[in-house]
Amino acid sequence: MGIRREEVRHVAELARLELPEDELERVAAELSAVLDYVRALDRLDLEGCEPPSFASPLSPLREDRVDERRLAPGEALAMAPQADGSFFVVPPVVENLEP
Amino acid sequence: MSGAELWRLSARALAAAVRAGECTAEEAVSAGWEDPAQEWEGDVHAIVHADRAARTAGAAAAALSARGTDEARPLAGVPVVVKDNLCTRDYPTTCCSRILEDYRPPYDATVVRRLRDAGAVVTGKGNMDEFAMGSSTEYSCYGPTRNPYDLSRVPGGSSGGPAAAVAYGLAPLGLGTDTGGSVRQPAAFCGVLGLKPTYGRLSRYGVVAFGSSLEQVGIFARHTGDLALAYALLAGEDPFDATSRPGAVPDVSGWDTGVEGLRFGWPANLWREGVDAEVVAGLEEAAGALERAGARRVPLDFLPGEYSVASYYLVATAEASSNLARFDGVRYGRRHEASPDLHSLYTRTRGSGFGREVRRRILLGTYALSAGYYDAYYLEAQRARARIRLEHQAAFARCDLLLLPVAPSLPFRLGEKTEEPLAMYLSDIFTIGANLAGVPGLSVPLPPAAGGLPRAVQLVGPEDGEGLLLRAARALEMRGDRSRLERRNEAEFAWPSRR
Amino acid sequence: MALEAVIGLECHVQLRTRSKMFCGCPAEFGAEPNTNVCPVCLGLPGALPRPNRAAVAAGLRLGLAVGASIRLESVFARKNYFYPDVPKNYQITQYDRPLAEGGELPVALPGGTRRFELIRIHLEEDAGKSFHPERVGDRPVSRLDFNRAGVPLLELVTRPVFREPAECAAFLTVLRRLVRWLEISDGDMEKGHLRCDANVSLRRVGSEALGVKTELKNLNSIRGVERGLGAEIERQRRALAAGGEVEQATLLYDAEQDRLQVMRTKEQAHDYRYFPDPDLPALRVEPRWLEEVRAALPELPWARAARLEAAYGLPAYDANVLCEQRELADYFEGVVGAGAPPKAASNWIMTEVLRRLKEEALSVEAWRARMPAEWLARVVARVASGEATAMSGRAVLEEALRTGADPAAVFAARGVMVLRAPEELRPLVLEVLAEHPGPAAEYRAGKTKVLGFLVGQVMKRSGGTAAADVARRLLEAELAKPARSGGAAP
Ligand SMILES: [Mg+2]
Ligand SMILES: [Zn+2]
Repeated sequence: MGIRREEVRHVAELARLELPEDELERVAAELSAVLDYVRALDRLDLEGCEPPSFASPLSPLREDRVDERRLAPGEALAMAPQADGSFFVVPPVVENLEP
Repeated sequence: MSGAELWRLSARALAAAVRAGECTAEEAVSAGWEDPAQEWEGDVHAIVHADRAARTAGAAAAALSARGTDEARPLAGVPVVVKDNLCTRDYPTTCCSRILEDYRPPYDATVVRRLRDAGAVVTGKGNMDEFAMGSSTEYSCYGPTRNPYDLSRVPGGSSGGPAAAVAYGLAPLGLGTDTGGSVRQPAAFCGVLGLKPTYGRLSRYGVVAFGSSLEQVGIFARHTGDLALAYALLAGEDPFDATSRPGAVPDVSGWDTGVEGLRFGWPANLWREGVDAEVVAGLEEAAGALERAGARRVPLDFLPGEYSVASYYLVATAEASSNLARFDGVRYGRRHEASPDLHSLYTRTRGSGFGREVRRRILLGTYALSAGYYDAYYLEAQRARARIRLEHQAAFARCDLLLLPVAPSLPFRLGEKTEEPLAMYLSDIFTIGANLAGVPGLSVPLPPAAGGLPRAVQLVGPEDGEGLLLRAARALEMRGDRSRLERRNEAEFAWPSRR
Repeated sequence: MALEAVIGLECHVQLRTRSKMFCGCPAEFGAEPNTNVCPVCLGLPGALPRPNRAAVAAGLRLGLAVGASIRLESVFARKNYFYPDVPKNYQITQYDRPLAEGGELPVALPGGTRRFELIRIHLEEDAGKSFHPERVGDRPVSRLDFNRAGVPLLELVTRPVFREPAECAAFLTVLRRLVRWLEISDGDMEKGHLRCDANVSLRRVGSEALGVKTELKNLNSIRGVERGLGAEIERQRRALAAGGEVEQATLLYDAEQDRLQVMRTKEQAHDYRYFPDPDLPALRVEPRWLEEVRAALPELPWARAARLEAAYGLPAYDANVLCEQRELADYFEGVVGAGAPPKAASNWIMTEVLRRLKEEALSVEAWRARMPAEWLARVVARVASGEATAMSGRAVLEEALRTGADPAAVFAARGVMVLRAPEELRPLVLEVLAEHPGPAAEYRAGKTKVLGFLVGQVMKRSGGTAAADVARRLLEAELAKPARSGGAAP
């Protein structure tokens, strides 16, 4: 089962990856080769095999306490490609509809 | 003791020398950074971030209580090379990707903190395939690392930098990460020990994630005893990692107690084809050595590795597509500046910041999770994974550990597989199973092949089987011959022969 | 063609925990921007989440309160979408195996109580806040603050059970009361503690099939819910009436301008690529823990209102008002327990107490510190027994609040509290009638309603001590006599 150029373009958009037009064909071919290979799984008997649940035998919960990992004032913004003193700054966005 | 001798010492011997005052921590961590070691680094390019000031500061911290008891600072003054995807406050952490150019984390990974608590000093960040995606350390934005045994060949990957650094003597210990073989395969290619612990045994907090459900921090060492010590220091529950494995850490103090009565599985069906003759010969040699040491061979059939590769490349890439979404040029890292709007900020930053292999895997993983394909790819891969786990459990009902190849071939040449993603993926065919099953695996060096290239075998154990693996590794280190051990004194280490 | 609306709600409840959902940063509101952040909630490379027990407990409380079935093993999933206030570019939420499923919320409506069914309740993390569009120099930009990123939320999804916007508003009012009652959230919609989205479609009355639905976001006040839904139903109705179709879309309601804005159409719908978060093992709830949470659950507001009605003979209206807040219901029972008759206690609380709470923006707790239930009970009981008039009771309450004194002491200091003796009251009555000949004449002419005014005047003259019933009787008697000529010219 291969993957078409259009699908590669759609997936690149989902992944927010700029992909030059002239690379689409090559990427589609590479991904198709891998997707063909993984079809090996169709030959495997998966009767009764459910995705492993990663339930830990102990509770993975933490107590509701404030801890020491909070960054020092200014430390977060010091890493930012663009900031204005108190905020991270990005080109304008519309309202976030989630969560 | 002079620097020219210090780099030869095992981690234990070096720490003992520091604690006894025979050398300073500063001398211990600097040893690998003086000639002749520096000549090697120039050729091999194992390190991507080094910093004399950070080294000196680390040594000073280690010196503070270096004269305490053995238990207090078991790694006092021991230099360690850490893969560039483990967060370190004092060095950049870039995953060898342009998108994280100059990124300095505001925190240490838990494993790095534990190293420092034990008195060890991070003396450099090891080269790697970008975001740990690769098997040759060629996909690094800083250029490839070369195999110290043959500079025209790859050191394996993705943790090729730390593996090569430990091999040529820059440090007696190194840390890598192993998502599908990324510690074991470079260890095999560089002639050192490489352990991937049971899933969850070492904290992943501060490990830049690629395939979260598969990866573990792994340890490189030149001596089984060093490996046992480092494992004992690093393993254990971490409250910051919800996937951390609860319960007692396996006791590895019996690493030198032999393999009398141990049953090792011998799935010869796996190497009937597609595996180099030297690799098969190495397996026979290792099996013979184990048998001479009192272990018993249990022939069995095992599920072919192609299923593991297939499952792995869907699960790992799916997780990666989501794990790597955070690299977007908004909060940290490199932003593509010519981005008039948010959408192009994302696509250009990510399009230009990630290398080709990373882009390829993000696309594959996004596809495997996308509407209409989730069941056929991601879900089926997870079900196959369940089957692979069962296969491992069934095998470990019949034997204590499995003897397997690490890779189908000896170290290959630079550029040999970079244009063929699938061929590169297949070099992990024997290591991926342990990641899918969450069980420990250990790559153990054998005497070099006729041409001088390193050879190795892989030991895979059941969950929490690290102790068994180390005992078997020790037996292979001695190769059943006590007198050999005398010659291979742990305070002695020879350069690879230079080619 | 008669059309009816079909509405389902998705409500987000911001939990009142000390720390965030998956890290140890303070979950408090109002800190300097980007200071309550750590590697986890900023989505730094290598950071890992670990769930907050208190947030899970809050989910269990709400789930049990609405009678949902709790999943003993639920799963956190990643919802993948790129947005700058989502630090990891995925949100950790629950998808196909949520914490709780089913359940219903009983809501008292004019036509009787309706039980609105729920689909699910799940845990998730909040996003940061973006401010837009703003400017840096001459360029428009958005600013981002991640203090809120990672604060725990419960998402509650109803079945499409609502037909009218008013039902939705009533539902939200009840939900708000419940989350406060359970002490899991402050429930303030204006502050975003309670947020609401709605799915709306229209269909022919009597039809079972659902029409094309739109999703309405950002309904951030109860009034906004009613008006936004009203506007959207009207918009769909007009489209269908004109022979058109409703297009599947996501809309934003702008409450300030009372306007709907299309944000996204079907073609732009997201593909969230949900999958189980590999950083988080399945969330196991030990049956013992669940039983502990169940045992610690307070009597629920609707049950308590029913009990107040039955046990104290209160009207349903009173019982509901008193159960608006758990502390208020507690206070009421405290006042009754200290000896005040229930209906009188209810009257005093609903008028005197609630008025002051509102005027002075006091919490019940703060009020209680100033006026313990036993104190109020003394005032209520004396007035109810006729030992004091309502007016003097109010005066005593006022003075007790002002001076911090026990009302019993204030009563004692004031001496006689009720003037009942006709011989003492009659002079006051005569004075009042002399002073207000107009109203007196009106009464005699048949406008008996003015009697209340005259009683009030007697009360005033007596400094609030006149027994109203005696004053009334005396006034009636006096007014029944022929009007005094008082020398008026024939
Ligand atoms: Mg949600
Ligand atoms: Zn945080």
